[in-house]
Amino acid sequence: MIAALREAVVRGGLLTRIGLALFAACFFVYLFGPLVLMGITAFNSSAFPRVSPWECFSVEWFEVLRNDQTLVEGLRNSVFIGIGVVALAVPIGLAGALMLMQINQRVRPWYYTVVISPILVPGVVLGISTLVFWDRVGIMFNASHETFFYNGFFLTIVGQATFISAYSMLVFISRLQRFDPALEEAALDLGATHVQTFRKVLLPFLKPAIASAAVLAFLASFENYNTTVFTIVSESTLTTVLASKVRYGINPSISALAVIIVVVTLLGAAVFEVVKRREQKAARESEKVARGEVPARARRKPLLLDPAMFLILAVFVAGLGTVYFAGTVGVEECKAAVKEEKQRVAQERVRKLQQQRMFQRAAPVAGEGEGEGGSAPAAPQAQREDSSGFESIFAPQNLKEQVESGPPAAGTESFQGIFAPENLESQSGAGQ
Amino acid sequence: MSAEVTLENVWIRFGDFVAARAVDINIRQGEFFSFLGPSGCGKTTLLRAVSGFLSPSEGRVLIGGKDMAGIGPNKRPTALIFQNLALFPLMTVWENITFALEVRGVSAARRRKRADELLELIALPGQGEKMVDELSGGQRQRVAIARALAAEPGVLLLDEPLSALDLKLRQHMRTELRDIQQRVGITFIYITHDQGEALTMSDNVAVMREGVIEQVADGNTIYDRPATAFVASFVGENNLLRGTVSAVSRAAVTVDTGLGAIRARAADSGGKGSLAVGDDAYVFIRPESLKFDEEKKMDNNISAQIHQQEFEGSFWQVFFSIKGSERKLKLSMVNDGSAMSHQPGQRVTLGFAPELAVATPAGPLAAE
Ligand SMILES: Nc1ncnc2c1ncn2[C@@H]1O[C@H](COP(=O)(O)OP(=O)(O)OP(=O)(O)O)[C@@H](O)[C@H]1O
Ligand SMILES: [Mg+2]
Repeated sequence: MIAALREAVVRGGLLTRIGLALFAACFFVYLFGPLVLMGITAFNSSAFPRVSPWECFSVEWFEVLRNDQTLVEGLRNSVFIGIGVVALAVPIGLAGALMLMQINQRVRPWYYTVVISPILVPGVVLGISTLVFWDRVGIMFNASHETFFYNGFFLTIVGQATFISAYSMLVFISRLQRFDPALEEAALDLGATHVQTFRKVLLPFLKPAIASAAVLAFLASFENYNTTVFTIVSESTLTTVLASKVRYGINPSISALAVIIVVVTLLGAAVFEVVKRREQKAARESEKVARGEVPARARRKPLLLDPAMFLILAVFVAGLGTVYFAGTVGVEECKAAVKEEKQRVAQERVRKLQQQRMFQRAAPVAGEGEGEGGSAPAAPQAQREDSSGFESIFAPQNLKEQVESGPPAAGTESFQGIFAPENLESQSGAGQ
Repeated sequence: MSAEVTLENVWIRFGDFVAARAVDINIRQGEFFSFLGPSGCGKTTLLRAVSGFLSPSEGRVLIGGKDMAGIGPNKRPTALIFQNLALFPLMTVWENITFALEVRGVSAARRRKRADELLELIALPGQGEKMVDELSGGQRQRVAIARALAAEPGVLLLDEPLSALDLKLRQHMRTELRDIQQRVGITFIYITHDQGEALTMSDNVAVMREGVIEQVADGNTIYDRPATAFVASFVGENNLLRGTVSAVSRAAVTVDTGLGAIRARAADSGGKGSLAVGDDAYVFIRPESLKFDEEKKMDNNISAQIHQQEFEGSFWQVFFSIKGSERKLKLSMVNDGSAMSHQPGQRVTLGFAPELAVATPAGPLAAE
């Protein structure tokens, strides 16, 4: 299939290539479009995360983010829980993987299915069952609600670890499959105890897998919501804070957080790539040494002096500096200008409105001539006309007019009309 | 230090499969002992039973006269050099070599010193800081040997340690191994399916076939006096004639083959059913024992037709077709300057001495 596709690309005409390029473009837009857009909104000074209208390039939302106590606390909790999950899930995963390698071939598929099942169970179910289970255990021990059985941190770490340890087990399995069991036997044969064999032979071999499993476990814990939302009880994590923020209206500080996360991820990926390449290069070199082509070299230079590493660092620092200066210098002036412009537009609108209203008011008074009493019910009617019909659906006055026949009492009207957009205008209109 | 190893009626089964059958072997202290056999005959399995990675289904393994049942590999006075070496890839050469000392808690300084001595012994001085993957195949080989020696075992077990090396290096390492063995004086149990290796290095060789020990003897005996048809066909080159025993005397048996009656020495089967009149028998004659014998001076004569001659520098190889056999007979003679006076297609008479031919009971042969 893939070979055929490659063939088509190599042999295919211009049309095929354009089609493929288009497809690739769509694919990347689909993947990264939302991220890029969100990233841009972080630097717009507008109070709502949006790209247009563009107001001012600013880094103020990063400041807002830093001062947002609930977010910062959620972040801190998430990190704490993440570390806890790593400490719990990685050893469990390692033990599970080692067990898998040891047991009889015939029961292996069964065992595998059992230990992998937490990944397949919906996170919501895991969360609820964790909560229920530890509640039962707590009751069994007659524990009060201050004990750890009801502690959000404990429950979340334990709950997340149920499936994250299965993830890390997968990492260990794939590494262990490349382990030569003869190494273990060699160590035993040379007189090592089983513990020494594990510590001196297996563990060093698993080191890279432990690192990947830890990173994976941390990230899985960090971004988890489904399970956490149940187990966190009265505490909060980054994801639960974000979720509640979105529910009550957001500002671009969320975008700022997204930018930070994306940048950290990119940095991590770049550093990982550099380290991997260094390792490959070292492997090639030692092969050459073994073949006697080159003499053995001195120890490698430290990672930080690697040119690629240096470049990454330089780009990061330069980018950070540029953004900081662009986002702080001249922002106030720009904002003042935008504000002025806004006020101008608003005043323009108000003026137009007043003109309209004066014009409308003049007409019925002249036509009816029935006295002052008619003017009060007439006001809502006028409002209904100048505001759009769609908005007025939500106006409480609408309802009242249909239900009550007489003119409404002024007190109730003003109270019930708080949420009606017309109210504002009518007040400003009355002030005239 | 050095220890003797005894296998008493050892059976090893994997489910229904029998990997070792009634193995009885005594390996003397300080001996260089080889197991020789085709791939899959159970050599590694036996070695693992000695080193303690598997326990025999039946029978006993004794090292230094002590029954090893229930004693793990890390408690046995053996060190195993694995078929694939199994050097620790994440340790330097000297760390590899002194691993056995490290797990005993010997200080780093003393380990370094011992590593340097061993590196000297294996002719790799000053290479201790290298990583294992920076070594060539032969160097790795020697590091594996040094690592096993550092454990100061009573018995060193070597599982085809030279199989991965090229011919030149293999020959070099053979002499070196033999040297090391004589210097350290411990028992070596060596596994190979290369008969040249087994015959040149060993004090004694056990030839194995499908889990059965066919013969245990020194190299000369194995070559000159094979006990079974398998040993005769597996070790070295041999011409085979099939027939039936027609007479048995104390010194020789007479076998009726399609080419006439042939007198041969009866194989010493160690009491396991010797030849009797009427038995199917195989007669084996080494190519170098076969001679041109137009005057019929020798006791055994067969007529044959020259098929092909090959000149191999110091040797001539001549191939003959004979009546009633697909196989060609092979004769090899030293190129002593006498020009070959024979032509392909020519009919000739061949002869050989009865002492140089061996008659064995008919039985399984080694694969070609
Ligand atoms: N753990 C095991 N389970 C089942 N069968 C096994 C096991 N180990 C070995 N065998 C079988 O036992 C037989 C002997 O194996 P062994 O490894 O001892 O052969 P070998 O003589 O060392 O061969 P080679 O020269 O190829 O290394 C083989 O047929 C092999 O399939
Ligand atoms: Mg083997």
